Amino acid sequence: MNEPVRRLSVVVLALFLTLMVAASYIQVIAAGDLNADARNVRTLYREYGTFRGPIVVDGESVVWSSPVDDSFNYQRTYADGPLYAAATGYYSIVYGRTAIEQTENDLLSGTADSLFWTRLSNLVSGETQRGASVELTLDAQVQEAAAAALGDDAGAVVALDPRTGEVLAMVTSPTYDPATLAGHNSSVVNENYQALLAQEDGPLVNRAIAGDLYPPGSTFKLIVAAAALDSGYDADTELYAPDELDLPLSSRTLGNYGGESCSANERQTLADSLAMSCNTSFANLGMQLGWNVVARKAAEFGWGEQLSIPLAVTPSVLPDDPDEAQTAMASIGQFDDRATPLQMAMVAAGIANDGVLMTPYLVDSVRDANLRLVEESEPEELSTPMTRADANELTDMMVQVVESGTGKAAQISGVQVAGKTGTAETGTGEGPHAWFVGFAPADDPVVAVAVLVEHGGSTQAEATGGKVAAPIARAVMEAAIAAEGGS
Amino acid sequence: MATVADVKVRTGRRSELGLLGLAVAVAVLARGLVDYHADFLELDELALYAAAWCGVALVIHLAIRRWAPFADPVLVPAVLALNGIGLAMIRRIDFAYANRGRDTDFGQVQEVWTILGIVLALLVILLLRDYRLLRRFTYTAGVLGLIGLLLPLVPGLGTEINGAKIWISVFGRSLQPAEFAKIAFVVFFAGFLVTNRDTLALAGPKVLGMRFPRPRDMGPLALVWVAAMLVQIYERDLGTSLLLFGIFVAMLYVATERLSWVLVGLGMFGFGAVLAGTLFSHVQVRYTAWLHALDREVYSSGTSEQLVRGLFGMANGGLFGTGLGEGRPDLVPYAESDFIVASLGEELGLTGLMAILTLYVIIVQRAMRTAIGTRHGFGKLLAAGLGFAIALQVFIVVGGVTRVIPLTGLTTPFLAYGGSSMLANWMIIGLLLRLSDQARRPEEVAA
Repeated sequence: MNEPVRRLSVVVLALFLTLMVAASYIQVIAAGDLNADARNVRTLYREYGTFRGPIVVDGESVVWSSPVDDSFNYQRTYADGPLYAAATGYYSIVYGRTAIEQTENDLLSGTADSLFWTRLSNLVSGETQRGASVELTLDAQVQEAAAAALGDDAGAVVALDPRTGEVLAMVTSPTYDPATLAGHNSSVVNENYQALLAQEDGPLVNRAIAGDLYPPGSTFKLIVAAAALDSGYDADTELYAPDELDLPLSSRTLGNYGGESCSANERQTLADSLAMSCNTSFANLGMQLGWNVVARKAAEFGWGEQLSIPLAVTPSVLPDDPDEAQTAMASIGQFDDRATPLQMAMVAAGIANDGVLMTPYLVDSVRDANLRLVEESEPEELSTPMTRADANELTDMMVQVVESGTGKAAQISGVQVAGKTGTAETGTGEGPHAWFVGFAPADDPVVAVAVLVEHGGSTQAEATGGKVAAPIARAVMEAAIAAEGGS
Repeated sequence: MATVADVKVRTGRRSELGLLGLAVAVAVLARGLVDYHADFLELDELALYAAAWCGVALVIHLAIRRWAPFADPVLVPAVLALNGIGLAMIRRIDFAYANRGRDTDFGQVQEVWTILGIVLALLVILLLRDYRLLRRFTYTAGVLGLIGLLLPLVPGLGTEINGAKIWISVFGRSLQPAEFAKIAFVVFFAGFLVTNRDTLALAGPKVLGMRFPRPRDMGPLALVWVAAMLVQIYERDLGTSLLLFGIFVAMLYVATERLSWVLVGLGMFGFGAVLAGTLFSHVQVRYTAWLHALDREVYSSGTSEQLVRGLFGMANGGLFGTGLGEGRPDLVPYAESDFIVASLGEELGLTGLMAILTLYVIIVQRAMRTAIGTRHGFGKLLAAGLGFAIALQVFIVVGGVTRVIPLTGLTTPFLAYGGSSMLANWMIIGLLLRLSDQARRPEEVAA
């Protein structure tokens, strides 16, 4: 009977080998999927149970985790929650994460691959896992100035450092306090969230990068002007600028804002047209250049680009193959032109940086719990939409806009400001969207800004970009210049 | 005038003492880690615990030296290491439950069961001086086994826990009589087969080049098959059913050396399992929960929730585990008993689980070795049967948790919380000690 006993022990070995293979499959091969399974509360508990790194602005933590005596161990705390909500997002046990809390989650929670050595040294020294701190590019002064200037009006402000692409300010209004969603009482959090959802003005929406797309209005003339300079026009090239422009293949005509006339002799230079934001001349210019030329220039400035800063940015859009009349309307930023405020800030930044557009980014650096530098963002060029000469020429034209044109409200004493206003019809019966994009100082820009006030804010029907948006842009640029001088 | 050379027989008792030391170290360190991570570490208490383990190990060592001096030296240390790991894990789960406001004393109760189990094993080697004595009780054992198996079906006595009717409640405590019935059946099978092996090995018809047993000899196999099917259907326990049937087929094979018996047996069981799965909805539910555990509908119906939560736990542990006291094994229902393997997989990782499985392999292989070394057919069958019983039980439980086979209600020997299992499995170790003692004893001494 010895032979069958030996065979039986081989069978036993086979049985155990099967178990070992099954355990290996679960714990190693399928482990990733199982850990990522939405039904797996363990991942959640582990995440909430470890120290999550802070989010830092200008060297100060604006979001951090502090130990509490409940089953989640740590409470996420938001200082100036409403001010930074658009960038930081929230971290909720019920609704998960958004914005930086989401995109940088593996760093904040300490599970990122780049933190491997940190985890290893923690393992050796017996310390528990601690998340890394994420420092944002935001400048507290600029951010505060932008939020204060925008006030309660619905809209958004984006300020970029044109030389690097750093996002200096990203404000959306109305906003919310992430702290109300970060509590550990899920019924309270649920109530707060439902209340925010119920608000018609959508406080959870980040209008700066991922809200509705807005018609850019006359600020789009910067793109058409850039395309014109590229095609051999210069600031003094005279354009056809009638009071009323006949739209081809249509009985309709296009007029200017408030029915004004651009020029007595229907001729106007490119620079003057931009300064007074003449519609008929730019509509005609767009038709002459051809939509393909304008659209290509827009694409060079970032239209259609899937950006993540690392927050996902909704790509701005342009009409596809418009006819002549539609091209005319699209050339003055109407028809199907749509843009995010960030996109318009990028237009200003590209012109400001001698025609070189830097990729916008929001995360400056990441440090582990021992303050060792883990990641640091390097400025990157996104594209070169203009030559240096063209950019400088357009800058001069934009200076004229602020000095003597529609953007006078953006003037800063002692500093030359370049800008362009926009007043975009929405076709909804409500007031037009008020825009201002610009940068300062014009000769050596430190800040590029885009301001959008939905439906002109409180001024409603009479709103224009020059009246409503330009003063906000001025406040932001002043703050940025002051901060630049101080640093 | 022949001079008898004084042959020094290596009993292995000294190696056993060394291995026992290792097992005690594992048990005490595991407990220390658990207490440390629960912020509960008191060195005085840990020292007391260590002293108690040392005392237990010493008593075992001395008892074996006295009553079974030639017994296998690896068996008890391996079992003691498993037992120590189990105790630490159960204590750790007590802490986890306490954190969530549920007061349990599984750890302390299990310590008592461990002591009782060890005492029982030592009683076996003290009272049973010759295993051949058991052969006299072949049919008594068979009847006892049957009674044990059917007890849970007696109205008023049997209780249903977790869907399976394999429990009886005595004096307010739940008992799994099948654990003890398992031993009785092995004794019965060994006695029955050693007597009838010649008949059963007789050649029958030849099918596809393989000789099958004569149909008229199929009686015993058919009987066990019916019993196993009844258990599966009426006690709703695939585990016990598979365990009993598997043990019988394995022992039948060892006795007759005929592979055809295994094929016939496996075929019958497979047929029965499929039939039960088709005819009875509660069996079918178990199969569905196994095959489609991760399906959204199956999971939300709750039938596979425990299994899947166990998988989540093991996945969380990964290769090296979260560390004792650092995971969340309490998120799996019955983490201290049915799913202790998942708990261990989570906190000790794949590495720890492999080590634990290896300990079982060592125990089973020592039993098989004992079977080969034993001189009598009854002893061979007994040792191989007991060894295979442990192996198959581990396979059924761990296989259930790791989705190799459908989940069942069996317990993991020496690890899982539960008195019946602890007592019965230590009893098996007692029998294996006695068997190996007699197998390794030199002839002169045996005479």
